[in-house]
Amino acid sequence: MNTNITPAGDSKERGNTFLVSLGRLAVSIFIPLVAFAVLWAGFIFLRDSNAPQTIIALVAIIWGVGGVALLFWVTDYVVNRMPIVVAKKIQPFVFVGPAIAILAWYLFIPTMRSLYLSFFGPQSTNFVGLKNYIYAFTDSRMLEAFRNNLLWIILGTGGAVGFGLLIALLADRAKGEKFFKSLIFMPMAISFVGAGVIWRFIYAYKPLGEAQIGILNAIVTLFGGEPQAWFTIRGLNNVFLIVILVWLQTGYAMVIISAALKGVPSAIIEAGRIDGASELRVIRSIIIPFIAGTLVTVSTTIIILSLKIFDIVFTMTNGNYGTEVIASMQYKQMFRFYDYGRGSAIAIVLVIAVIPVMWYNLRQFSKREGF
Amino acid sequence: MAGIHKQSKWTYLLVLILLGIVIIWSIPIFGLLVSSVRPRDEVMSTGWWRALESEEGFTLDNYRQVLGGSDQTFVNASGETVRASGDNLTQAFINSLTVTIPSVIIPILIAAAAAFGFAWLEFPGRKFFFTLVVAILVVPLQIALIPILRDYQTLGLTGSYLGIWLAHTGFGLPLAIYLLYNYISTIPKDIFESAFLDGARPMVVFARLVLPLSVPAIASLAIFQFLWVWNDLLVALVFLGGTNDVAVLTQKLASMVGSRGQDWHLLTAGAFVTMVIPLGVFFSLQRYFVKGLMAGSVKG
Repeated sequence: MNTNITPAGDSKERGNTFLVSLGRLAVSIFIPLVAFAVLWAGFIFLRDSNAPQTIIALVAIIWGVGGVALLFWVTDYVVNRMPIVVAKKIQPFVFVGPAIAILAWYLFIPTMRSLYLSFFGPQSTNFVGLKNYIYAFTDSRMLEAFRNNLLWIILGTGGAVGFGLLIALLADRAKGEKFFKSLIFMPMAISFVGAGVIWRFIYAYKPLGEAQIGILNAIVTLFGGEPQAWFTIRGLNNVFLIVILVWLQTGYAMVIISAALKGVPSAIIEAGRIDGASELRVIRSIIIPFIAGTLVTVSTTIIILSLKIFDIVFTMTNGNYGTEVIASMQYKQMFRFYDYGRGSAIAIVLVIAVIPVMWYNLRQFSKREGF
Repeated sequence: MAGIHKQSKWTYLLVLILLGIVIIWSIPIFGLLVSSVRPRDEVMSTGWWRALESEEGFTLDNYRQVLGGSDQTFVNASGETVRASGDNLTQAFINSLTVTIPSVIIPILIAAAAAFGFAWLEFPGRKFFFTLVVAILVVPLQIALIPILRDYQTLGLTGSYLGIWLAHTGFGLPLAIYLLYNYISTIPKDIFESAFLDGARPMVVFARLVLPLSVPAIASLAIFQFLWVWNDLLVALVFLGGTNDVAVLTQKLASMVGSRGQDWHLLTAGAFVTMVIPLGVFFSLQRYFVKGLMAGSVKG
């Protein structure tokens, strides 16, 4: 502080310095207090108010967003009123502190807590050892869920990446590329639930004799077949659900693969063509090896998505008729059977399944410079 | 010359194949849209592809009914007055906005600050914490549901907006920090050095320099996070619960599937209501949209 260099002795001056410091201290306590009072008042209003929906929504948005900005501003304000040596040390944590705290609360610590809970019974009171894991790996519905998830991963990823690659290759060679690509990409904007409704309508079933309103049964009956209740056909119904994921995710795979295709040097492709290689040969021997890395990345992303698939199964069949998946089993353990032990064990199984990807990410990261 | 001829023949074939694929891909959405504006009786009795043969034409009654809050009265095609209960998707729509807007802005604000800290400030544990962020990029959020639900029950946060904002913030942060770090760490060092030399505080540098310079990255991330939150069902089911006051569109639509499984005129209209905003974003901000999805592809 500048006031420190004024010569001592002048008591009036000293008194002033003291008053100024006291004032500053008061202000730096007062401001956070006001900030918290404002936030608290907002919280109470939101909790208890009977105001119209739109007003509550508006207040909630302003309170939530403004509150975070205010908290950043206030902590910075307080830190800057501290002695400079201390302030310098604390400063970085003004920036990374909130993020680390939230991550710790929502992801780091829950991983440990879920692991811990997975060794306990439904109400987390009695220790049961590995019983929940034995359930997770031997129960018939769980085994069905594992089998189905494997189907989701293979067919879902294979379908989306396969179609994505095909369309990207075709569009790369055709006119109107942008138009085609944006229509294929459009389903990416739709929720799994919305897509579920869309496809339920496609699979809709009316008994034989009535007019079919689902397009799939309409086509089947047009060719003289019998209308089917598609979701009740065990085994195959999983495929009908997976089609929805493929429909949604092909656009994503296509866009990424398409960007990678633009990066293949045209000189190499031309050289191949001049040597007399057929277009298929050029694709197989030059283009595919060149974009292999991208294909792996895209596949990994969709594999992780398929592993956690929940919404589609939940809205379409709720796991009935042999369509259970791991995430829907976990949800049921939590909210239908209130068995937190089993629910936690299933969550841990999901985490174990992504460990290879996590390990790969960390290895790539440690190779990076600058850290 | 033969080569050129062959080339153009191929191009036509390519376009035809692509057109076929695009038509197959668009039929589901098109059928939904057409059905949502057809009168109830027709949706139930004929396929949507025969909509043009109809004499009754198109109607907005289905939308009126799903958006309306209480019982709706309207005159149907054959002249009778019909009463039907509404689904009040209007309220769910506002709820979705209330959940989504802060759930996009809050994590991005916190992540931008953290990314700036990780990229340009020195502190003990910097590498350790960032490694943790990278490690949890792909961790499924299922891992947090039970412990956080218990915390919320203790704190009284279940069914509250604050609770779900924080949850979306927590689950969105790893990716947001990672992406913004990648962007902010590439801002040229000179810009910061001159600002620090001028005596600017880090918070000022962050607010006046880093945030404005990061707008492209923030825009892409915002679109990704927006879609993720708007389309989310699981987090809303777990932390908002089933009460009508706060239920979001995806929850409402999912429960309509359960309660009105065969009322296709309403389900199609309801589904389209949930899709309006994402599709609007898709068509108006397509460039950022593509970037956002490409950047945000790996998420736990």
